Amino acid sequence: MGSKSFKVAGKVYTSVADSMPSFIANSNGAEGNTGQSSRVSNVGPHEQSIGFRGGAYNSTSLINQTMHPDLQFSSYEKMLQGQNISQPNQVSNSDTSTEDPDDKIQSFDVDPSNPFMASGSNDKQKDKFPEQKTQRRLAQNREAARKSRLRKKAYVQQLENSRLKLTQLEQEVQRARKQGVVISNTGDQSQPNSGNGSLAFVAEYSRWLEEQSKHTSELRAAVTSHKSDSELRSLVENATTHFNDIFRLKKIAAKADVFHIIYGMWTSPAERCFLWIGGFRSSELLKLLVSHLEPLTEQQLASIDHLQQTSLQAEEALSQGMDALQQSLADTLARDAPVVPPGSSGMANYMGQMAMAMGKLGSLENFLRQADHLREKTLQQLHTILTTRQSARALLAINDYFSRLRALSTLWLARPQE
Amino acid sequence: MDRVKDLASKSAAVIFTKSTCCMCHSIKALFYDLGASPAVYEVDHDADMERALRRLGCNPAFPAVFVGGKYVGSAKDVISLHVDGTLKQKLIEAKAIWF
Repeated sequence: MGSKSFKVAGKVYTSVADSMPSFIANSNGAEGNTGQSSRVSNVGPHEQSIGFRGGAYNSTSLINQTMHPDLQFSSYEKMLQGQNISQPNQVSNSDTSTEDPDDKIQSFDVDPSNPFMASGSNDKQKDKFPEQKTQRRLAQNREAARKSRLRKKAYVQQLENSRLKLTQLEQEVQRARKQGVVISNTGDQSQPNSGNGSLAFVAEYSRWLEEQSKHTSELRAAVTSHKSDSELRSLVENATTHFNDIFRLKKIAAKADVFHIIYGMWTSPAERCFLWIGGFRSSELLKLLVSHLEPLTEQQLASIDHLQQTSLQAEEALSQGMDALQQSLADTLARDAPVVPPGSSGMANYMGQMAMAMGKLGSLENFLRQADHLREKTLQQLHTILTTRQSARALLAINDYFSRLRALSTLWLARPQE
Repeated sequence: MDRVKDLASKSAAVIFTKSTCCMCHSIKALFYDLGASPAVYEVDHDADMERALRRLGCNPAFPAVFVGGKYVGSAKDVISLHVDGTLKQKLIEAKAIWF
């Protein structure tokens, strides 16, 4: 609140703004209707209980007391504008009000001859009937207040419309997602950095899925039509190469946003159920494949069983490393908690802590890389155990399994919700 | 480099690690699971040693794994050799494990 000096009829009023607290500004619109007690400090309890909507009319006594009748209206207006500028945040409070400002004002507008007649107030003030100028001033004040209320109403209406639109858009996005359209969550989730990296990967992954289905169809046609081994081999090789492509894509995407990849945000929900360091567990996959690959020789069965154990061992080792990472990160951040000592040394400690934590987060990328490497190597080893035809069937079985998981996810997302 | 070779030849299985490296923890866990008892050397502040390991081709420098005195590789190599059975074979040959 600025303090302004007015020279009026030989008298100098200073800090008029202070002596006429915000109730005047409040009367300029509903903006000021916070009912904050701090603003009520200069107003008597009588006025205070009425509240500030149309508060000017409750406090006319104060106006008469503090304001010289000859006070120029322009100065008054400037003061009001000064007051208004200092209250930018009042609108929101009014939204929660249950009373319509207009109702309150009505009571004041009822009697034009005595505009200062307010419900339950100021009967004593009848004898202090103000002069023409004051009346005009107050009328203009009322007008300004009315305009302000209309502006506020328009703004609130706008907000309501926007809110409706937002809800509609959200519903559309939900519907589209259920139909399998991939829409990134970057807008409404706390992923500030995932923007470009994840979006690019989402697109790449869609493309990869499309090509994967092409390879699968080719392979399936070849297997059912009993093509020769040599023909099958090239198809199997192509399909395997393409399958391994995803590891390369994930590696690139992880550089941009390791969390998006490692926590399977790119996978379908049902796949995410079985997530292990950014993908599937080779040991689990091998378990599922055995039944699809029969008949298998004794040797093959033993080798596959051994491969499964081997993969499990490596998975356990990597999991332990991840656990150690988690623990280490927690320890780093919990150090010197809860109070960071103020001053430069405290800040240095904090920054050091953060730097260490950052380093640890950086190693997530390496874990993802090794996990994908394990997946790739395990499948590669599997193919050395199997015949070409069996390899083809293995690739088909793997693809079918993940397709079903994705289909399940789609069904799940589209399920009717109560 | 001499120090590296010296330490590497002292035990059947040797792993050079850094205390802050969690991948080192994984490789150690794998060796223990295989039944090997590797000699673990924490090389936190030895820039010379780190450089020597890098010159051997170990990137990242840690973990650096030696079996039977010979350089095996970093985490990625260990996983590859583990999956195709070569690692176990090497460990048996170096008498780090017996089966």
